[in-house]
Amino acid sequence: MDNAANFPLLSLILFTPLVGAIVLLFVSKSSGNLIRLLANVFTFAGFLVSLPLWFWYDSTSADWQFVERMPWIQSIGAEYFLGVDGFSCLLILLATLMGFLAVLSSWTAITERVKEYYIFLLLLQTGMIGAFVSLDFLLFFLFWEVMLVPMYFLIGIWGSDRRLYSAIKFFLYTLVGSVVMLLGILALYFYGYEQTGVYSFDVTRFHEMNLPVSLQIWIFLAFFLGFAIKVPMFPFHTWLPDAHTDAPTAGSVILAAVLLKMGTYGFIRFSLPILPDGTRYFVPMIVVLSIIGIIYGALVAMAQRDWKRLVAYSSVSHMALVMLGMFALTPVGIMGSIVQQLNHGISTGALFLLVGVVYERRHTREIAQYGGLSKVMPMYATVFLIMTMSSIGLPTLNGFIGEILILQGVFVVSKLWAAAAASGIVLGAAYMLWLYQRTMFGKVDNPKNEHLPDLNMRELATFVPLIALAIWIGLYPSPILNRLETSVEKVVARVNANYPQNASVVAPVGPGEGD
Amino acid sequence: MPPGFTALDVWYLLPELVLTGGALLVLGADLLIARERQGVLSWLAIAVLGATLVALLPLAHAEATAARGLLAVDGFGFFFKIVFLGSAAMTILMSSRFLSVEGARAGEYYFLILCATLGMMFMASGIDLVTIFIGLETMAVSFYILTGYLKPNRRSNEAAVKYFVLGAFSLGILLYGMSILYGLTGTTQLRPIMAALATQPFGPALALAVILVVAGIGFKIAAVPFHMWAPDVYEGAPTPVTAFLSVGSKAASFAMLLRIFIEGLAVFHAEWSPVFWLLAVLTMTVGNLAALTQSNIKRMLAYSSVAHAGYLLIGVVTATTRGITAMLVYIAVYAFMQLGAFVVVVALRQKDTIGDELKDLTGLYARSPLAAVAMLLFMLSLGGIPPTAGFMGKLWLFSAAIESGYVWLAVIGVVNSAISLYYYVRVVVFMWIKEDTAPVALRLGPAMALALVVAIVGTIALGTYPAPLFEFAESSARALGLSQVALAVP
Repeated sequence: MDNAANFPLLSLILFTPLVGAIVLLFVSKSSGNLIRLLANVFTFAGFLVSLPLWFWYDSTSADWQFVERMPWIQSIGAEYFLGVDGFSCLLILLATLMGFLAVLSSWTAITERVKEYYIFLLLLQTGMIGAFVSLDFLLFFLFWEVMLVPMYFLIGIWGSDRRLYSAIKFFLYTLVGSVVMLLGILALYFYGYEQTGVYSFDVTRFHEMNLPVSLQIWIFLAFFLGFAIKVPMFPFHTWLPDAHTDAPTAGSVILAAVLLKMGTYGFIRFSLPILPDGTRYFVPMIVVLSIIGIIYGALVAMAQRDWKRLVAYSSVSHMALVMLGMFALTPVGIMGSIVQQLNHGISTGALFLLVGVVYERRHTREIAQYGGLSKVMPMYATVFLIMTMSSIGLPTLNGFIGEILILQGVFVVSKLWAAAAASGIVLGAAYMLWLYQRTMFGKVDNPKNEHLPDLNMRELATFVPLIALAIWIGLYPSPILNRLETSVEKVVARVNANYPQNASVVAPVGPGEGD
Repeated sequence: MPPGFTALDVWYLLPELVLTGGALLVLGADLLIARERQGVLSWLAIAVLGATLVALLPLAHAEATAARGLLAVDGFGFFFKIVFLGSAAMTILMSSRFLSVEGARAGEYYFLILCATLGMMFMASGIDLVTIFIGLETMAVSFYILTGYLKPNRRSNEAAVKYFVLGAFSLGILLYGMSILYGLTGTTQLRPIMAALATQPFGPALALAVILVVAGIGFKIAAVPFHMWAPDVYEGAPTPVTAFLSVGSKAASFAMLLRIFIEGLAVFHAEWSPVFWLLAVLTMTVGNLAALTQSNIKRMLAYSSVAHAGYLLIGVVTATTRGITAMLVYIAVYAFMQLGAFVVVVALRQKDTIGDELKDLTGLYARSPLAAVAMLLFMLSLGGIPPTAGFMGKLWLFSAAIESGYVWLAVIGVVNSAISLYYYVRVVVFMWIKEDTAPVALRLGPAMALALVVAIVGTIALGTYPAPLFEFAESSARALGLSQVALAVP
């Protein structure tokens, strides 16, 4: 920990991909393999430098860690202020890992305009990490918006079928949400000035400020629009299936695994602790929208003929479950919500990678085109099976831990909500297993599928870490739960102060057991 | 030396004197330099601007009036003069090849650009209605000629006639408003006008004066409903002139507007601010909605520049230090992104293509990566997406509105900037996503490449580290306030 105090670890994690993008600018666009290699090296390096977050993070402390603070725009009180807690640590690790896997998975899939492709992926990576590490509202907003343009291009240039439509839809939806969010940020900023006489965008200051309820409600609505579109919550979800379906594999992976977490991250980091009264005021609305999302997403997923669209709608359902767990406002619920965010990143990310593998071979995503793949691609079928199980929450795999925590957290608040959540889980099992059955089992009735090559080493390498993580979280989640405990407690203390403060957020975890 | 002038006045006026002499030098040099070597003239004109800057820099912290109270030598004027000189230099950089492609003479062209710049400088520092008007006239007449500079080109001719007729009419209206102000107060100097008005109620005569002045200036900044000339003139004028018109002329008119309303009429802020509120909302909304359907880049940028005038008017509505600072920040930021975008449009003009339709941008990424990256940045910046300068500008404007309690104005502004992204992104789609079947490399040449790089660096640097600009703008805005305070205690 002592060397962590001075070393700008977060800046290093943040700017490694950006440096990679700048290096790539100077590589000739004709040397495709060099570009691919460099992109892989930089994203892998980005992952390696983020690992100390796991080992050096002090899970006993409730303070912001790895803090870096410098003046940025003094006249308006904006700072270059970075810091993490357990929650953002885990999301950063998820982002750097998925970023690397997305780049690795693109080696043969992308053959046109390779240089721009990797530059956009690397820029996107910096934007995502930046949003997770910023403790200054303006800096956060800057990174939040930086993600928009690379993702727009990834869908618009390297996407399929209706890519232009999907790209602009993604862009405008998210943009409208974020500009309204900006107004909320400005309202907070001026309120902070009125109260203290200091212009500042410092998020941690707002965490301790008590705003009048009416103002909280307005700001909550402004933030809600920004975050709910990103999550995406019903009824703001319609951009997601389009964006996912038309994005290239790596784009879908990043979108599902990390970008959607921006919304839920925003709620937990900003809305809940800064606007506790506003949050409680809107609990019924959000719970209703989440329950609709859980069931609606699952039902629509069941009706899809397009493999990727099915996974996209499953995302809508899963993320709604995440929101429900969060807005139970109990420690266990929020903890489960965070764990489930990680799980969703791992399993849905992997599912999109899996679709990408067959799409690269067959150039179709129509479920009816496949069938009996387990005979021609046994290794593929195994990986797919594990990830399906992880997605539907089979015990011993990661999904189970998240779902059980969410159910537990929601149950103490309302049995009705818990029942709705459980029904979503059941439906989830139905569409995933049905998908598995239709694509993997049965006869190989399409001659084009008879000679599909199984996973090669590179493809397998993209799945191994995800499988390992799924099993690890499924069997031994305490290191992760340990890291989250203080952060979750801090949030609950703000938003639900009356909740009994028993330290045993997660029963079986003893001190020091973590690492 | 004329009576009443001192050596100090000459020192304060030195930048304008250098520019006047330099403009005449360029005109003279035109006669001596062979026609095929007239590219030299552009560098001579830039040298003149450089010399003017050198004469200007020592006045950075001056706080005085010169020429018997006709001119203010203050930070506010200084800020604008830097913007004018920079925009003029950028315009000249993008003009050289354009003129040779069009086969137009260079000498008078650069002379007129410098004259227009001179007029702008007087508009920014004038604190006397007559001085401001003469500055405006100098600028306007130069632009009338520049707009019609391509003599064989019908569009250019039509634009010039339209601009001249409507421009002369609007100047008449402005002058009428000014004469009423003179009639009410017995003086043409702004600070005494405010002192005289402070004791009067806001009567119908004054209301008429305000409306006429607003209409006259509204024409110059192309605010809705006085914007009708802008699309036609912007489309018809030679592209570099359009660039200068949309940045230099607009900035100078805003400087004039601030001088008149803050230094001369601030006491009636409560009365005139609703007028600007309405004007801001109309201008933003109509500008953006009209831009959505344009297929010609110059027309699209014309409507977009109408919309940007609307954003800027938010600062006038608030009339606070933060609001005026925001306007100055935005004007500087706007200069980089708007001029940069025009450099790309100028680059598209080749011997055999006009190059001002959206489809001419198809596959630009393959034809010129530098131009495509640059245009991408400028479009994002015009739309207000971080980390570009445009975001920082809008942040200031909207935060000024919220601070002064104009929350709805900020909301309308934010919604408008979301709408505007639709047409900015359309440009990006043509450049980056649509493929050209047979891309031909687009050559920029050193002057335009330099202009592009300057605009790119400005757009990125002010978007990621805007602190120096913010401080500069704030001290400049305070200078305007300072003279106001000085006046309140006569």
